[in-house]
Amino acid sequence: MQLTAKQRTRVDWFLTILRVAALVLIGAGLVAFVAQVVDSNNPFARWANPDAINLTGRQFRDLVVAGLAQGAMYGLIALGYSMVYGVLGFINFAHGEVFMIGAVTGAITSSKLAEAGAWEDNFVLCLLLVVVLSMVVCTITAVIMERVAYRPLRGKPRLIPLITSIGVSFFLQNFILVLLGPGTKTYPRMPEWLTEKRTFLEIQGTRLLVLAAAAVAMVGLWYLVERTKTGKAMRAVAEDAEIASLMGIDVNRVIVKTFAVGGAMAGVAGILWGLLFNSVLHTAGFLPGIKAFSAAVVGGIGNLGGSMAGGLTIGVAESLGPLVILEPLGVSGPSQLRDAVAFSVLIIVLLVRPSGIFGERLPSEERT
Amino acid sequence: MTAVADPMAASTGDTVPETVRRRRVLDQNWRELLKVGAILMVGQVFIALSGMPVSFDRRLIIDPILSLGYLSLLWLPLVVGYAVGREQALEGMMAYTKGGREVLAGAITGVLGNLGLTLLVVGITHFDIRDPLVNWSPQLLELLEFEQSVWFGALIWLGIGAATGAAGGGLHWVGARNRRTVITVIAAVSSAAVLESVITDLAQGFHIEAVANWLYAPKRGLTSPAAAVVAGATILAVNAISALRARAAHRLVSAAEASPTESGSTRGGRLSPRRLAGFALTVAAVIVLPLFLGRLTNELLANVGLFILLALGLNIIVGLAGILDLGYVAFFAVGGYSVAVLTSPGSPRFSPEMPWIGALFIAMLLAGLVGLFIGAPVIRMRGDYLAVVTLGFGEIIRILLLSDWLSGTFNGAQGIINIPGVEIFGLTTVRGFEPRSVLYLVLFFCAIAIYVSWRLENSRIGRAWMAIREDESVAEAMGVDTVSAKLMAFVTGAVLGSFSGAILSAKVGSIFPHSFAIIVSIVILVVVIFGGMGNIAGVIAGAAVLIGVLGGPNQPGLLQEFAEFKILIYGALLVWMMLQRSEGLIPSVRRARELHTDELNQDAWLRAQADEADDASNPGVLDGQGPRP
Amino acid sequence: MSSPPMLEIAGLHVVFGGLHALSDLDFAVEEGEIVAVIGPNGAGKTTFFNVVSGMVKPTQGQIYFEGRSLLGLDPNKITARGIARTFQNVRLFANMTVLENVMVSQHCRTRQRMLDALLYTSRFRREEEQVRARGKEVLGFFGTRLTGYRFDQPASVLSYANRRRLEIARAMATSPKLLLLDEPVAGMNPVESAELTQLIGKLRDEMGYTIVLIEHDMSVVRDISDRVVVLDHGEAIARGTYAEVSADPQVIEAYLGRAADGN
Ligand SMILES: Nc1ncnc2c1ncn2[C@@H]1O[C@H](COP(=O)(O)OP(=O)(O)O)[C@@H](O)[C@H]1O
Ligand SMILES: [Mg+2]
Repeated sequence: MQLTAKQRTRVDWFLTILRVAALVLIGAGLVAFVAQVVDSNNPFARWANPDAINLTGRQFRDLVVAGLAQGAMYGLIALGYSMVYGVLGFINFAHGEVFMIGAVTGAITSSKLAEAGAWEDNFVLCLLLVVVLSMVVCTITAVIMERVAYRPLRGKPRLIPLITSIGVSFFLQNFILVLLGPGTKTYPRMPEWLTEKRTFLEIQGTRLLVLAAAAVAMVGLWYLVERTKTGKAMRAVAEDAEIASLMGIDVNRVIVKTFAVGGAMAGVAGILWGLLFNSVLHTAGFLPGIKAFSAAVVGGIGNLGGSMAGGLTIGVAESLGPLVILEPLGVSGPSQLRDAVAFSVLIIVLLVRPSGIFGERLPSEERT
Repeated sequence: MTAVADPMAASTGDTVPETVRRRRVLDQNWRELLKVGAILMVGQVFIALSGMPVSFDRRLIIDPILSLGYLSLLWLPLVVGYAVGREQALEGMMAYTKGGREVLAGAITGVLGNLGLTLLVVGITHFDIRDPLVNWSPQLLELLEFEQSVWFGALIWLGIGAATGAAGGGLHWVGARNRRTVITVIAAVSSAAVLESVITDLAQGFHIEAVANWLYAPKRGLTSPAAAVVAGATILAVNAISALRARAAHRLVSAAEASPTESGSTRGGRLSPRRLAGFALTVAAVIVLPLFLGRLTNELLANVGLFILLALGLNIIVGLAGILDLGYVAFFAVGGYSVAVLTSPGSPRFSPEMPWIGALFIAMLLAGLVGLFIGAPVIRMRGDYLAVVTLGFGEIIRILLLSDWLSGTFNGAQGIINIPGVEIFGLTTVRGFEPRSVLYLVLFFCAIAIYVSWRLENSRIGRAWMAIREDESVAEAMGVDTVSAKLMAFVTGAVLGSFSGAILSAKVGSIFPHSFAIIVSIVILVVVIFGGMGNIAGVIAGAAVLIGVLGGPNQPGLLQEFAEFKILIYGALLVWMMLQRSEGLIPSVRRARELHTDELNQDAWLRAQADEADDASNPGVLDGQGPRP
Repeated sequence: MSSPPMLEIAGLHVVFGGLHALSDLDFAVEEGEIVAVIGPNGAGKTTFFNVVSGMVKPTQGQIYFEGRSLLGLDPNKITARGIARTFQNVRLFANMTVLENVMVSQHCRTRQRMLDALLYTSRFRREEEQVRARGKEVLGFFGTRLTGYRFDQPASVLSYANRRRLEIARAMATSPKLLLLDEPVAGMNPVESAELTQLIGKLRDEMGYTIVLIEHDMSVVRDISDRVVVLDHGEAIARGTYAEVSADPQVIEAYLGRAADGN
């Protein structure tokens, strides 16, 4: 008898069926897509969806780049989830709202700058200023949040801070709503040279800028975590908080720094949102927040490189998925299902590989 | 008092230990005061800029004197003024009596906090930053100035801060009993004011409009004399009740003494005669009262009932089985849409126009299946992943209902309209424009849900759920089939949730995807946590208070002014609940009851010991002993 | 040939990451025996219980209970077969009452369905009555400590020694044939410990349970165990009666050599 052969219950069978069904669906969609690209009149393609729109190579590339740009933003947000989960072991639901506050800060400051006429004249400097301001505001928000809502709950079962963070999330959303009103906050127009498509490989400049900014932020974070004393302390606390404190590390300070760094990354992501979408609402943080959490899980929670990779995966999946998998199968209005696709990615990953694609790094589990 | 009885006296906390001293008035922790004052300042400025004072200003609590708008600026200094004087009295440590020092501390923090409002008054007159801050407005300025001058406004708030803060600090001075009375009076007067429409309605039903007319200035809260009377009546009632309670406690103790080891086994699903009588009375009142209520109140109660149903369903999943399901709204949606599709002639693709009752059974079945379908994949996940994944499922269902893809069946954003009412065996028809009949329908299903929760809680599956909530792997090692028990929780919760959806469909007559947003799940969760997880009565009370006063995500409550602040308050409430008693996850009432039994038994035992040691019995020992703080 | 042992384990390996918590363990318990498992901290004793109760999957090896393999069974199925355990770090259902703790562990011995509870059928009432009675019976095994008003108290208010007793009662309520007791007297004073030792003897003699217990208290081991197995670094280094084992030089080394480990 084989050791791993576990008695299969009905639930196991059901799960296996679900897994297979999900993979078959994805596979069928992909095959249909390829069939339609090769020849939209071949019988299989016609059977799957007789009036599929055919993506041109250029549209496909645009979708990928758009997905990557959004994914980079998700990746930056995901870092905050991942780091907090790594150190404290709970999902900080309100992190998406920190990101939203960053985007709102950006909208307010940039439109003030535009009013003063500086935005047009000195775009790069203004953008830098806006990014720094947003990072500062987000850092402060994240730190206050930790101090007020999470620190008193240290050591409680992980569902308790999770529920608290849901409360914080809705509080922050409506905090912005009542202070700033329900209207959309818009960013001023970007300069032409950025929005025009004539840049590298005819990719829109803003997307390149977003990818570059994410890369810079990522390198900075990598340096902080891997090369500095603070980073070492963070990793030690993530490994085992108790032992770290015995080694003379001030755990509280490390946790505050973790929130601060996560907040700063969310601040950068907030501005990227502004660059990509030009306007922001008080509810803008919720969905990206959950998608970013999905990204953190997909990349293996606690694993920083994985978070970024997971973000890119989710971004590309939700940008391509509707048109490459759903549309070829004859689903009408597939782009309305973007968010559903993002959630499905999370569910499928957790069904097929719960520890994420790149493996999680979690504090050692308590033992019996 | 004999030496043996001494520990009891200490444990009651009523006798004053010798170490208790009064501190001098100026012996303050100044840094602490500064810190708390600054926090209060931020809070006051936020409340002012959130727009609450202006939008609540038209709602009066006591006719010419106090509006809800001003109240929103008064309560925080009062609470903080009280809190700043509170010290953790560690057991065996030096204790201090409270007095002038606390009053001063409260006053100082109050002044510091309201300094924020003073600065705001000055700021609004000199700068215009209405662009991001929408409430940086002349209306706010007018309100803050009491329609007088800038300087008047700026200074009066400092005075008000000092007064409210001092009053908060003064609550320490007056002693526990008076403090309770004061708080009850405040609560009673505000409830009376808030309940204006309900009480007016009731008075009309009983043809005693005169009472209501005397109590309330029309649509403007309590009249001043009425407020005074309510306050007076409350004081009398509080005193009478505490006297009664003391006597009842005394009786209980003597009973415990008579048979100290007798098990109070009222559990196992049976009720004691007294509770049974109370229960019967409540049921009678619930059945009779709607007859005397007007449309608005019945409508309100029907909404409350819908949320009671939802909360009872979620209570099984979260409260009993300890599974944090954030996508509970999915089951609400399944119930609502199944009934809509099956009964409405306006359903686009498939329109069998079934009677509501038939549709309900299919809705239950479908909800149960969806419960299984959502439950099975998540059942083995870690609790926190499960929460996010269920939330994802909830969203996916809403997105699908909204999508063009399935609009052939569900009609996308246009929703399904023309849903007929509920025909009950050809006798009557329940329709949305007749709130009373809807209320009775809701009550009927609430009764079912309560019965189901109550029976299951005291059965094999209920115990298995609780064991899983306490420690899943141990439950499994003790022979509980955790996978199927958790699935059963999902299915039961789903079916109860589908009731609510089915009623909503028939009540409103139309259904749209936007009624099933995530926030609905969250509000239900807040209700369950607020009421005390796993506690049926608590959950019902929680729904009545929260949904009744604040309203549901899409339903107005008594305080319609709160509409735009509702979710803000729900969020803050959730955080506060978790911080205050994160064991809200634990069925608190039940626990308290059992702890109380323990106390009584312990007292009885101590008395027996005391009697043994000292032949002179000590009948006075237990007198005047309040419940433990 | 005599009948096979009640519990038989052959070539059991458990590896956590790179740590060999158990290596090549052979073990057998005859019906009606009391076997003590001893060894220094971290020797793998609790892991051994975890494997038998199904909470940890072995890396390699065979486990037979009454001639049937236990491999791949979920813990609740193993409990249903007749093995129950207690935990070293008492893990009661803290917010359930004392009586509920012993009622819930009869889960796998009862059949009632949800519908029975909802309709309040006579079958339901009868079974509830039985479950309650059986619960009171196992609690009564510890004298009056867990009875009377204690029935309705949450387990969290019990004293430490009473919690350990309740754990045993909870395991007994599953109607097992084999009881696994993980350090049952840890943290008790000598009087309580002697009393519990006697009760464990009664569990075998009067109630017919077969018992495997992990214990650090050598007086307990000496008083009640028929056989002793000594684990060290996941390997069985000695077995035999208490007298034989306590004289074994390897055992003495295992304990003395790492005396600094403490408890
Ligand atoms: N779930 C687990 N994961 C990793 N290591 C474990 C786990 N459980 C036990 N161990 C390790 O296995 C070894 C044996 O532990 P245990 O069986 O608890 O020892 P004891 O003999 O004191 O009961 C210890 O080093 C412990 O750290
Ligand atoms: Mg052990």
